[in-house]
Amino acid sequence: MEILVCVKRVPDTAENEISVNSSGSDIERGDLVYSVNEWDNYAVEEAIQIRDKVGGSVTVVSVGDAESEEVLRREMAMGADKGILLSDDAFAGSDGKGLATILKAEILKGKYDLVLTGAQADDGAGQIGGMLAAMLDWPYASLVNRVELLDDKKIKIGREIAGGNQEINEIDLPCVLSIQTGINEPRYVGIRGIRKVASVEIPVHGASELGLNADSVGKTSAKVSRVDYFVPVLGKGAELLEGSIEEKVEKLVELLKSKGGIK
Amino acid sequence: MALQIFTYILHKDGVIDDTALEMVAAAGKIDPAASITAIVVGSKTDAVCNSLIASFKEVWKIDNDALSYPNSEVIRGLLTRVIPKGSTLLFALDPFGMDIGPGLSIKLEGAYVPDAVGFNGIEGGKLKVVRQEYSGQVSTHVLCDISGGAVLTIRPGAFRAVEADAAGGTVIDKTADAMTGGLPGGARRYIEVVQAEVGDVDITKSEILVSVGRGIGEQENIDIIKELAKAVGGDVSCSRPIVDAKWLEKSRQVGTSGQTVKPKVYMALGISGSFQHLGGIKGSPFMVVVNKNPKAPIFQVADIGVVEDLLEFVPLLTEKINELK
Ligand SMILES: Cc1cc2nc3c(=O)[nH]c(=O)nc-3n(C[C@H](O)[C@H](O)[C@H](O)COP(=O)(O)OP(=O)(O)OC[C@H]3O[C@@H](n4cnc5c(N)ncnc54)[C@H](O)[C@@H]3O)c2cc1C
Repeated sequence: MEILVCVKRVPDTAENEISVNSSGSDIERGDLVYSVNEWDNYAVEEAIQIRDKVGGSVTVVSVGDAESEEVLRREMAMGADKGILLSDDAFAGSDGKGLATILKAEILKGKYDLVLTGAQADDGAGQIGGMLAAMLDWPYASLVNRVELLDDKKIKIGREIAGGNQEINEIDLPCVLSIQTGINEPRYVGIRGIRKVASVEIPVHGASELGLNADSVGKTSAKVSRVDYFVPVLGKGAELLEGSIEEKVEKLVELLKSKGGIK
Repeated sequence: MALQIFTYILHKDGVIDDTALEMVAAAGKIDPAASITAIVVGSKTDAVCNSLIASFKEVWKIDNDALSYPNSEVIRGLLTRVIPKGSTLLFALDPFGMDIGPGLSIKLEGAYVPDAVGFNGIEGGKLKVVRQEYSGQVSTHVLCDISGGAVLTIRPGAFRAVEADAAGGTVIDKTADAMTGGLPGGARRYIEVVQAEVGDVDITKSEILVSVGRGIGEQENIDIIKELAKAVGGDVSCSRPIVDAKWLEKSRQVGTSGQTVKPKVYMALGISGSFQHLGGIKGSPFMVVVNKNPKAPIFQVADIGVVEDLLEFVPLLTEKINELK
């Protein structure tokens, strides 16, 4: 099975406090630690497991700048066979549809049976997989948390629905799936593994290699664009306990007692 | 000219989902003068349609035995046939909305904005949408060109439900139009729904929940949470990453893809407060948060906040409570 997995380099929210810069034009990027989007990592693991069962290859692809190469290498260290970087100044400012247009062009250069994306990335949009599938006229399923291979024409998938229930579908190949966390346990990638793929060449494809018209992608084509960032106010805010850690413990014990928090 | 807005109605077993009237509120925020049409797709939907005419001037019905389970690939095909190009369509952001929205926007050649939490008016054909990024740590304004139509998903709970004052609406049967050419979407076939496994505790009944998130760091640290839960006489629950890592059973996960809980007291330890997590907490419990990042969104919805390393704070808290006994 020939599998393509779309991955994105994102600030690691478990490692960083995200804050807005003074003009509101962006988040503070100075000290951010980046990693591969959590959901994509599950998608790559799933692809590797499928390949190991039935053969074929796993290609990871990312639309981004030169720094996105590091996440491609990381996923290759995990076991992906090949990485492709889609990068061009003309891609800047693309909206979801623009990104899907770029990815579609790369997909049509190959012969893939299965395209995976993460269920969502740092912007919480979860849009690329569904758009890609519609553009390719391939079937799509989102929030996939189980993949079972049936034959070379179709697979059985489980998708997550409310309350932790699972919707089972049969879906024809080729198809696009967006992968939900928890579908597998992504393998650990050590420094050694990364070193092994450090010198593997990663081809870079721009608009001309992909045969893309510059006005079908990027800022000019985008119907959706971000204006600014700001810090949300959700509620009145918690009362913060002050003092030393022991004092906080004492205050909290009193509060819990009065609110029925200790039986 | 006032916008034509369609809102897709979620319903199950003849019961209309709470999000239906939230969509009315969202549509009103987009354009107070908009004409709002409800779309109902399913089988045996008459009761659903008839109760919606109290809130919508127009209810479009697509009803067929083959539509008893909402397969989004099928429904996408049906909607593409009947929705006029240039319309604005709203879906609740749930596993169905996420499934259908992006692809439908492509087929209708409109823009797509996922997970809207607010609207700030339309200017020059562009709708200003409020969204969140980085699990709610920052918000953004997004401009969306809706002049050629748009599909938007709306975060459940973000808009307060309103009854539209359009009593006496009509139901328009669009089934024949939608089904012309047969049932679409055959490449993905629905088989069944597998119910979530029942665990050893039912956290939906717990009065005190001691809930642990990714901030716990390592599996072996979960013990300090169990000890605190024992000390306060509560049950252990958790956020999703803890279940993904298989450190606790799925039945203990709080959130939109886990359990909906309604305790009296909820302690969130090392949980950032994503809307998917908070969406599973109902009944306004007394909420205590321990998190080392004072900017974590969960502080905004909690009653009491403690900015500390939970690995240090929780054992001290447990010890103090045990001393009292
Ligand atoms: C379709 C879908 C459905 C989902 N359903 C759910 C759901 O049902 N339930 C759910 O929970 N999530 C759900 N999620 C995931 C959700 O988006 C978040 O990723 C998740 O809730 C984050 O969990 P968390 O808060 O534990 O982790 P994080 O967001 O990583 O937060 C960890 C927090 O711990 C703090 N911390 C770190 N170390 C320490 C320390 N030593 N002491 C104190 N604090 C510390 C950090 O400051 C941070 O705020 C869903 C996502 C999707 C896409």
